[in-house]
This record gives sequence, structure tokens and C-alpha cells, in this order.
Amino acid sequence: MSANTPIDRTGTPLVEMRNMSISFGGIQAVDDVSIDLYPGEVVGLLGHNGAGKSTLIKILSGAYAADSGEIYVNGEKATIDNPRDARTYNIETIYQTLALADNLDAASNLFLGRELTTKFGMVDDAQMEAECRKIMHRLNPNFRKFSEPVSALSGGQRQSVAIARAVYFDAKILIMDEPTAALGPQETQMVAELVQELKRQGLGIFLISHDIADVMELCDRVSVMKNGQLVGTEKVEDVTDDDILGMIILGKKPGAKAA
Amino acid sequence: MTDTTNAPAAPSNPPPSQAARKGAWSRFLTATELDTRLIGMVAALILIWGGFHMYGVLVNGQGFFLTPRNLWNLSVQTASIGIMATGMVLVIITRHIDLSVGSILGFTAILMGMMQVNILPQYLGLGHPAIWIITVVFGIICGMMIGGFQGALVAYGGIPAFIVTLGGLLVWRGCAFLVARGETISPVDATFSLLGGGPYGSVGATGSWIVGLIICAGIVFMIVNGRRQRTKFEFAKRPYWADTFLAVLGCAATVGAVLLVNSYYWPKGIVKQYIAANDLNVEAETLFISHGFAIPVLVLVVVAVTMNFVMNNTRFGRYVFAIGGNPEAAALAGIDTKWMTVKIFAIMGGLAGLSAVVASARLNSATNALGTLDELYVIAAAVIGGTSLAGGVGTIFGAILGALVMQSLQSGMVLIGFDAGMQQVVVGSVLVLAVFLDILYRRKSK
Ligand SMILES: Nc1ncnc2c1ncn2[C@@H]1O[C@H](COP(=O)(O)OP(=O)(O)O)[C@@H](O)[C@H]1O
Ligand SMILES: [Mg+2]
Repeated sequence: MSANTPIDRTGTPLVEMRNMSISFGGIQAVDDVSIDLYPGEVVGLLGHNGAGKSTLIKILSGAYAADSGEIYVNGEKATIDNPRDARTYNIETIYQTLALADNLDAASNLFLGRELTTKFGMVDDAQMEAECRKIMHRLNPNFRKFSEPVSALSGGQRQSVAIARAVYFDAKILIMDEPTAALGPQETQMVAELVQELKRQGLGIFLISHDIADVMELCDRVSVMKNGQLVGTEKVEDVTDDDILGMIILGKKPGAKAA
Repeated sequence: MTDTTNAPAAPSNPPPSQAARKGAWSRFLTATELDTRLIGMVAALILIWGGFHMYGVLVNGQGFFLTPRNLWNLSVQTASIGIMATGMVLVIITRHIDLSVGSILGFTAILMGMMQVNILPQYLGLGHPAIWIITVVFGIICGMMIGGFQGALVAYGGIPAFIVTLGGLLVWRGCAFLVARGETISPVDATFSLLGGGPYGSVGATGSWIVGLIICAGIVFMIVNGRRQRTKFEFAKRPYWADTFLAVLGCAATVGAVLLVNSYYWPKGIVKQYIAANDLNVEAETLFISHGFAIPVLVLVVVAVTMNFVMNNTRFGRYVFAIGGNPEAAALAGIDTKWMTVKIFAIMGGLAGLSAVVASARLNSATNALGTLDELYVIAAAVIGGTSLAGGVGTIFGAILGALVMQSLQSGMVLIGFDAGMQQVVVGSVLVLAVFLDILYRRKSK
């Protein structure tokens, strides 16, 4: 286990989602789920495909409107009706699908919806490309394809554009939905280092992943979902990989067998 | 090629001549950032123009296509379709379609006809100078409202654009008939009619030179400004020769167009009228008055420059492309995609209203059949001009070249005496062929 500095969970959480529910047609995608996140903390979200992880965080990022439940940011009730609202709370999201406009170049995607403009109100492509070069140099020094549409990029390069978009705008709350799915081992390591750096800067991060080892290394707590419901939230130092596996597969809390 | 002196240092082992030639061509394309499909379109245009002219020479003993008179007429005929094609680019980029533009044109033409012939003269008096302005603004606003309404049905009603505008195709044509009760409304206001072109609706030799110089200055400014920006941020620049080449090419094309429209003179009948009206003491045979650019062509130029600016330099344009590339990503980036759709259809409708101005002014009357089948020409122009039906890709200037191609085919066939049936067969086939070539092109460049 990596030497994580202990997280102070006595104050107000950075984010709290209370009793969130949402259904699509007949499917109860998220069913009465409550999770929270403290500054400098990484909370892993685990569960099978279709467990409702992406849907839950899309409520937080403003992509979906919950049927019921409340969101608190820094202890105050937050109204997040669309992605712009989420951005005003400094919530940034790396979506599982990456959500890139394939026909636009890296800089246009990085600034999509928040374009830099000249004093006449025109989009300032040169300025945006310069900023894009700076942040990409930090995240992925090998990145060169600045003037091509992102459809011409490799999976890893596309992923780094999506990550750059979330990191560039001074997020306080970062949502990463399977950020390493398209990456090779070396790039995955770079993301892991990035997560630790951001954590040191005091960001709160929700990290959705398939990989239990990843989560155990990077996260402070894990929340496990199954069939839209929260199985439980545990501190990583209190549980083993097998406990987590049991929660994912059987939907059983580790304490349950002792009780 | 003269670029060898300025080209980057040649590799130490010169490749065989075949590869060298190919290398030079693709280096030329990369350096000038010219699109191969743009070059293809210009080549197609030259083929069409040359073909029709040669056909005339061989079959009738005289070619009529490559004459100032015909090319000037071609420019006027292209205006109406070209204006709408710039809007269709936005619609198709965002993965929609608008089949109703021809009917919106017909309906707004009738509304403007009623306005300037039956309503405004009652209050302002016949020939009042404000009549044409009020009429034009009214027509454009009507078009925008119709387009915006259709856009709202698409965006908020969730009805596919194909269906909404197919309904609109019938509805607005029907409305045009109901409002006009099947009658032709004419003549339109005298000033209004100048917007359709003709000898008086053109800016003359001096005016055309002024327009030409402004366009040349614009081209040079854009190239110089582009260089300055790239220098400021230390990005790679286009080679000097490539920028110079583009500037010279653009200015030469502009000057060529000015020389062309200035060498088409007023018909003698009009000159006689003009001499009589102004009490001049000259012989009609010795007085040569140039048409110069027709006003509708200038309207098209202004629309094209504006729309090109909007697409490439504003947030709105950026969002149009983003929605076309990935609607979900655009929405997740905080773009109000539904409201954008309403705005895009409203622009399309407004441009159809503007086209109605040009078309009805040219005929000096409004009929409920005006603009029939225009939707097909407009869509064809956009698609031939490189707008992808899969969304996300398209250019304004490409669409205008596409409109010019369509109109060249159309008037060329009229000139050499093809009958209406044959014209439809050719135009329809060309559209399908163009989309097929587009698919091949994209597959290859993937
Ligand atoms: N937009 C939607 N419309 C309908 N059903 C959806 C939608 N989004 C998610 N779902 C359903 O909700 C459930 C949870 O999906 P998701 O949140 O993507 O799971 P996870 O990210 O944990 O793999 C799935 O059954 C999925 O089919
Ligand atoms: Mg998911």
C-alpha cells in the first residue's frame, strides 16, 4: 500500500451526493446512492459494467438530471442542471467516451465551450493552440499533432486531450471515468502520477476503474456499486482485494460475514 | 516549378524523377494548404465551361459559353442558389437537412410582394425610398421566423429535420398560393428591383474596380495577418513563396473577374434609353457602358464573407462544427445544442428570405412558384462543395463553388438546347455522382 497521508474527514466534504436516484424508462440505473469526497482525497468507484457508475457521476457533471437526491458542494446545496453549472462549481469530468469532437483539433477540443477570444470577441485560435501546446507538453511531451483533427490521433493521444481538458481549468473536483481504459502500461503510469500530483494539490477525485489493483494503489476509499445500488464504502487500508471483489461480485459488505 | 530555390534543402540523395515530381506536387499542396478537393472542383468547373463552349463551337459553329455576357448572367443566376447554399452548409454540418428552402423562398417572395405592392404604398406613397428597405427586412425576418419555427420542432419536438422540412416544403408553398390566390404580384418597387441585377442593378466599371481592390486588400490582409499570428506564437509558417503564391492567385482571380464583368456592355437599346433620359448628346453606337458586378452578386459576396467569418472566427461557428462532429460531446461541453439548432434553421430561413429578394427582384414580380426545386440545387451545391452528409465537415466557399458548378451545368444545357427532361436527368445524376466521389475521396484520405 502506498504511503498515503491520512485524509482529514472531520470537516465538510468537498462534495456530497445524497440519496441520488435516476431511472431510464424501466431501468433504475442509480438507486438511492450516497457518496462523498474530501479535499485531497481519491475515492474509487467500482462495479461491473452497467452497475450505474457512469450514470451517477454524469448527474454530478450535469449531463443527467436526477429524479431525486441532493448534491452539496462545500456543504452548500448545489443546483447542477447542465454541464455549465457543474463547471461553475469547478467540477471537471473526463468522460468514459472522452467526449471529443472528432473533426476538431486538440486545442479546439481543449477549449470547447470556453474558447479564448480576442478583444473583438473572435475565437483566438493561435492563443488557444499556444496554451494547448503548453499543457500537452506537461502531460504528454511526445504529443505533436496540434493541427490535425483528433480523429487522426491514437487512443492514448485522444485520452491525453480529454485529460488536459479537465486539468487545464483549475478543477477542484475531478471526475475520471475509466481514464486509463485506452492506455498502455507506460501511459497508465503517467496518469497514476498525475492523480497523485493533483491529490497533493488538494483536489478531490472520483476515480472510476475496472482495475482493483489500480484502485487500491491510488485511492483512499472505495465505493462499490451493483445493479444501481451502493454496496458500501470502505477505506482501502481496512479491506483486502478479495473483500472488494466480494462486494463487486456478490454485493456483500466485508463486515457482513462477521456479523 | 520555380519553388526549388525557396524550398527546404533538398535531401542529399535526390529521388528518381517520378517520385520527385510527386514529391513536389504534394509539397506544394502541403505548403499552400490548398485542399485537393477544392482544386478538383475548379478543374471540374473548367471542364464544364470548356466543354459547353467547345460543344457550341463544334456543333453550332460558334461557342456562346465563354463570353462576358454568358458568364455575367451565370454570376447573377448563381447568386440566389449560392446565398442559400451558405446556410445549407450549417444545416448539413449539424447532421440535419432543409428541404423547405425553395418553398420558404416562394412564400417570403409573395409576402414581400404584397408588402411593397399592396400595403406600403398606401401609407408611404408609391416609390417611397423606404419601401425597399422595409420590404427586405420584413422578408428576411419572415424567413428567419419560419426557419426558427422549423428548427424548434426539430430541436425541442424531436421530429427529424427531414420530416419537418418535407412538411414545410408543402406547407409554405401552399401558403404562398393561398396568400397570393395564385396571382402574380408585379411590378415590384423600382429600387427593390435593382437588387435583382440588370444594367441598372449593377455597379459599373469604377464601382467594380473599387470592389475588386477591396477584395484584394482583404486577401492580402488575411495572409499577412495569418503570418503575423504564427510568428507571434512561433508556430511553423507557410513558406514565403506559398503565401506569395496564394496572394497573387487570389488577387489575379479577383482582377480577372473585374475585367470580365467590365467587358460586358449595356445593350444598345438600354443605352439609347439612357441617352434619352439624360439628354446626352452622343451616339448610342459610340457609347460603351460596362455592367460591372451585378448587385445580387455583391450580395452573395457579402453573405459569403460574413458566413465564412462566422464559421471560422466566432464561437457560434465553432459550436456548429462541434455539434456536427459529436453532438453528445458538444452538449457535455456545455453547448446548448437545441438552441443552436433553432438558430441554425433560423439563419437558413433568413437566407432563403434574402434569396427571395434577389429572385423576385430579378423577375420584377413575385409568383407562388418562385424557387420551386431550389432545395435540390442548394443541397447539391453544398454537397458538391464538400459538405459531408455525415456531418462535421464543410466550407462556405466550397458551397459557393458548388453552386457555380450546378448553375454552370444548368445554363450550359439551356444554351446548347437540351430540353427540360434531359436537364433534370443530368442534374440528378451529377448529384449522385458527386456524393459517390465524395465517399471515395473520404475513404481514401482516411
Ligand atoms: N442514457 C441512457 N438511456 C437509457 N439507459 C441508460 C442510459 N445511460 C445508462 N443507462 C443504463 O443504466 C445502467 C447503468 O449504466 P452505466 O452507468 O453506464 O454503468 P457503468 O458505468 O457502471 O458501467 C445500464 O443498464 C445502462 O444501460
Ligand atoms: Mg461506465
